[in-house]
Amino acid sequence: MPTAIAASWVEACAADAIDEEDVIRFDHAGRTFAIYRSPDDDYFATDGLCTHEKVHLADGLVMDTIIECPKHNGRFDYTTGKAKGAPVCVDLKTYPVRVEGGKVLIGLD
Amino acid sequence: MTERIVIVGAGEAGARAALALRENGFAGAIALVGEEAHLPYERPPLSKAALIDGDAPRPATILTEERLAEHGIDHVAGASALAIDRAAHRLTLQDRDPLPYDRLLIATGARARRLAVPGAGPDNVHYLRSFGEAEALRRRLSPGSRLVVIGGGFIGLELAAAARARGAEATVIEMAPRLLGRAVPADLAAVIAARHAAEGVAIIIGAAIERIETLPDGRHRVVLAGRDPVDGDTIVAGIGAVPEAALAAEAGLALDNGIAVDTHLATSDPDIFAAGDCCSFPHALYGGRRLRLEAWRNAQDHGNAAAKSMLGLGEPYAAVPWFWSDHYDLTLQIAGLPDEGAVTVSRPLAGDARLDFHLAGDGRLVGASAVGPNGAIAREVRLAEMLIGRRASPDPASLADPAVKLKSLMV
Repeated sequence: MPTAIAASWVEACAADAIDEEDVIRFDHAGRTFAIYRSPDDDYFATDGLCTHEKVHLADGLVMDTIIECPKHNGRFDYTTGKAKGAPVCVDLKTYPVRVEGGKVLIGLD
Repeated sequence: MTERIVIVGAGEAGARAALALRENGFAGAIALVGEEAHLPYERPPLSKAALIDGDAPRPATILTEERLAEHGIDHVAGASALAIDRAAHRLTLQDRDPLPYDRLLIATGARARRLAVPGAGPDNVHYLRSFGEAEALRRRLSPGSRLVVIGGGFIGLELAAAARARGAEATVIEMAPRLLGRAVPADLAAVIAARHAAEGVAIIIGAAIERIETLPDGRHRVVLAGRDPVDGDTIVAGIGAVPEAALAAEAGLALDNGIAVDTHLATSDPDIFAAGDCCSFPHALYGGRRLRLEAWRNAQDHGNAAAKSMLGLGEPYAAVPWFWSDHYDLTLQIAGLPDEGAVTVSRPLAGDARLDFHLAGDGRLVGASAVGPNGAIAREVRLAEMLIGRRASPDPASLADPAVKLKSLMV
């Protein structure tokens, strides 16, 4: 789980609002994020839009630790934000996540 | 030993192959020869964002100068390939030194089929294939102007949608009895057709075009048999594409609806491969049925596969065909080959989205087709694609039941 220091923690959703190996969209203060729950029951957060053509990643498919863009199948490792090959070549920004009292919090800078 | 690889054609397949050669450990020289002056760019936006977006469009670059340098790819831009000298293993170019090769990849794509009716010529019929053509068309699609599209396929309909988005009038003239006849099941084509009609696009089907005329005021006229003529400021023909196979033909390589390649994308010359729209290939998932696909994903997958084959790492090509097309806020996605299906099973989706599964007579899932907002269909089509790739035979009742997650059918 990322442990970076965040300027503020924002409640994104209930922990059980995301299925295992799935993703939901979270909009906050004019920005959009994608919140993931891995098959190992860990939570992660990235920017919500694909770095290729600005499509909402939360409409895409999660397979293990990979999120696939719903438009052109660009792939990212959502635990690190790393782009995993064509057509995406720019990494996704990731955010630290905490789960407290059944809520998922993401740390924004 | 393979030390010099030349790729002729710097579109999606060629650029992808160049990168994949490095990803697979090739350390020799790579020359990527392109006819256009631009860096390699993506073509799908040419009939979409490049026509519609507010800002002056720029090509969506696949390989920047930095990435070309980083990967040691020599991009030979603005170069016309003249001939393949198979005996000498050289690609000859106009006004440049010939390029010697150990392995050659032909990724020359396809060109827009020309409209062959009396009166049609470069002064009155436009085409859309290159960035330059998209720029020219964009300038002509001004508010209030009138676009006439000949051909009710993907390019024609995406152009009509772009024209409406820019405030231009649009008429689509199709020769067949319905739109999107070649690649899309009739039910889905009807959804797309209805949406275009609702957006104010005039659609004429079953038309026979007699000739093109230029009117005294500089506008153009499409004369139809037995119907009123259609006048417009701009005429575009989107009537299909023809594989660019001239280099291969002149070099004596086997042809069959483009350049004929085997399951490893090798031509009839074992040192020459082909990838993308220019070639037909036997598809391992469909009993070796020979296909030629004109699709962005296939170009990428072919580029990857051809790179591996040229390095002796290839395997029989079996990537599931997949493509999409955008019309207003609707996306159409098709995975696999719906025409291989004997039975269609529909799964209800939220809103107006529609998803059909196509099952062969033996129950195997061979295709999936969907239309709707992209976010409503993309995930399901992707899962269907994976099931198709695994040659799965899912229970039709489960496919039809939206309460059953498609992911749960992956075994």
